[in-house]
Formats: sequence, structure tokens, C-alpha cells
Amino acid sequence: MKPPLALLAELTHRCPLRCPYCSNPVELTRASAELTTEEWARVFDEAAAIGCLQVHLSGGEPTARRDIVEITAAAHSAGLYTNLITAGVLLDAPLLARLKAAGLDHVQLSVQDAEPAGAERIGGMKGAHARKEAAARVVVEAGLPLTLNAVVHRQNLHNLPLLIETALAWGAARLEVAHVQYYGWALINRDALLPTRGQLDEATRVVVAAREAHRGRLVIDYVVPDYHAARPKACMGGWGNAFLAVSPAGRVLPCHAAESISGMVFPNVRDTSLRAAWEESEAFNRFRGTDWMPEPCRGCERAERDWGGCRCQAFALTGDAAATDPACALSPHHALLAAALAEAGTAGFRYREFG
Amino acid sequence: MTPRFAPGVRLHHDQARARWIVMAPERMFVPDETALEVLRLVDGARDVDAIVDALAAKFDAPRDIIATDVRAMLDDLVARGALAG
Repeated sequence: MKPPLALLAELTHRCPLRCPYCSNPVELTRASAELTTEEWARVFDEAAAIGCLQVHLSGGEPTARRDIVEITAAAHSAGLYTNLITAGVLLDAPLLARLKAAGLDHVQLSVQDAEPAGAERIGGMKGAHARKEAAARVVVEAGLPLTLNAVVHRQNLHNLPLLIETALAWGAARLEVAHVQYYGWALINRDALLPTRGQLDEATRVVVAAREAHRGRLVIDYVVPDYHAARPKACMGGWGNAFLAVSPAGRVLPCHAAESISGMVFPNVRDTSLRAAWEESEAFNRFRGTDWMPEPCRGCERAERDWGGCRCQAFALTGDAAATDPACALSPHHALLAAALAEAGTAGFRYREFG
Repeated sequence: MTPRFAPGVRLHHDQARARWIVMAPERMFVPDETALEVLRLVDGARDVDAIVDALAAKFDAPRDIIATDVRAMLDDLVARGALAG
């Protein structure tokens, strides 16, 4: 069994934004159940000890935690490369200076659209876009590397050229063009968010041209979305293969969305070590490797390249987490994706909220 | 050209796997032995010629062959955002 490379630390589910595709579970964890500073420090030490090299400090909005500086310092002193994944609306110059002094290595800043009106409608927070621009300036002026993360979908893909301009204007060295993944909140809002084939083809054309035009200045990461794909993505690089997440309440997950699979029991850092969770827990071993695979994954030459795709998506669409991801054209459920695309096209969506 | 590591990028010894990696924002690269020799000479002070000189001396190899390889490698690492030229 290989050791994990990276830890996603979901410090909180609290967030000033209400994006309708939020990757947090539909059942959000309240502040009172969150791990303490000391518990996170122990998680970071254990993660480094089992081989993790990077930690992604995420949420919710990680800076909604009053101890975010102490948490960052603990991750840094554990020897982890620290990445803050933030919406930026709470990130001012004094806080960034304290984070940098604590050892922060990199900031990933989300944007919901290239224009304030669209961005604030999608994110559900007035004034957010200007605050993000100010946060980007603070990061760049502090000399920290900045990645802009643009989550794209039916309602903002027409602005992709402007999003690329935004990344350049705000001083990002890297842009992630991240298509929405459809489970949890995004699945509830799928009809409003799924892009058309025409939108996708145009987006791919724009990215290819921009990569060439801005070579050496802006790196653009881009993955074709599952609903228009013929083969699934290697979700998380394989279940329990390279990556682990810890939820705000301490549950250790093979993927941040894994709690969307009902009936699974995940280990908790309050009861067990990270090493035991990674190596011995039933949850991590359930879909590890290839032995669990059904047809058509079993024996497929791509089994160890795409690992059968995404377990959460398989569960969301077929009710069986052990099924081949329907994103694969060989899946007996592949037609579900075309059917969803045919139904998509509504404008309204439901914001994320605490239940 | 005087290559230097881009902000947030550095060589890091991966103890769990007994290897060197290029640590970068949300990514990491595993350099092969040749790339590692080049990256160890990237300090923001040596220009490409100085890096080629150092490698030619160390490996007692023809300078023009090394220069071609080093330039191609550095160009690739700049395009991937690991180095700034």
C-alpha cells in the first residue's frame, strides 16, 4: 500500500458564500462539532509521518476559523507544504501577513464569474467580487504565489475568455478551470448548471488558445467534464491511493464527497490514528485497488489508469457505489448522462444553506 | 536567461519515498536524475551558460550536447510554471 501524497483539511463548513455547486455535503457540520486547533495539529503531524507532502487548508471558508493562523503554523511546522483554498472575502493584508509569517506557501482563490453581477448572483454574496480582487492584490504584493480557481458551468462559461483575463490581471501564475462535479449541492442544481456540448467545445478551444498565448506566464489546468466524456476521470487518483481528506468533524475520507455515499462508516481522528484509518479501515479498503471492481472495469486495460472513475458519482446516479462510473461509455448506465444533458437548461438554482 | 524557481516552487526531499521532488502549488513533479542535476544548479544567480559549464565539468561531457538538453529542459519547466526565466 502506498502512502498518501496530500491531505485535504476541511477546517469548517462555515462560509459567507452560498454557491449552488458547493462541494461540501448537503448535511453541513456546525461550528460546535469542529475539530480544535490541537486536534488539527495532531492530524498534520500524523499526516506528515505517513508520507503526506502537501496540505490543502480548505472548507467552507478556512479563514472563517479564528485560529487559521495557528492551524497554518501547525501544518507548516509538521513539514507540510501549505495551501490555503479560500473565497478571499475575509482575507485582508494584516491576516495575510500573519499567515505568511506562519509559513503559508500558496493561495488558491475562487472566483464565481468574471463580472461582479454574475459572480455575486452565483456566490450569493453582495460585494464579494471586489473583495476577492483586493485579496488577490494582497497575496501578490506579499510575494506569495496565487492560483485562481474558476468553477465553470452553464451560467458562466460564456465568460471564460474574461476569466482568463482576470487571472492575468490579478497576477495569478496559474488558473484552474474547474467544471462543476455533480454530487451533493451540484446534483440538486444540475439542471441549472450542466453545460451544453457547444459550450464545452468552445471552452476547450479557448483554453487551448490561451495556453499557447500565455505560455510561461499563466499555466491553465483544465479537465473535460464527465457528462461530456467517454471515459471517467481517475477520481482522486484512485480510492485510498494518493489522497485523504479530514472533515470538519474529524471524519477521515478517501474523497471530500465520500460522505454522500450512504451506508458507509468512516473512521474519525478523535477515535483512531490517521495511519490506522489509511491502512486498516474498512472504508479505505472498500474500493482500494482493483479487486472490488465489477464488469466492465474488471479486466479492463484502463482499470489501473482511471480506477473505475468516481465512487460518489456512481452512487449518485445508480444507487450503487461499486458500479462502474456512468461517465464511462462502457457502463450500462452511460445513457443516464445523455438524459441529464437533454433535461438541463433551467435558470434558477437553490443556494447552499445549513439545514 | 538566468533561471530561478517560480514563487512557491522548491526542491524538497521526500523522506517517505527516499527521493527528491519539485514541490509546487497544488502539484509536485518527480525529476529524473538528469533534471535533478540541473535543478540543483538553479539558484537565481547562475545563468544557463554557467549551468552548462558546471555540468560539462562534472560529467566530463561535450558542452554543446549538454547545452541543447539543458535548454530544452529549462524551457519545459518554464512552460509548466516550475521555473521563471
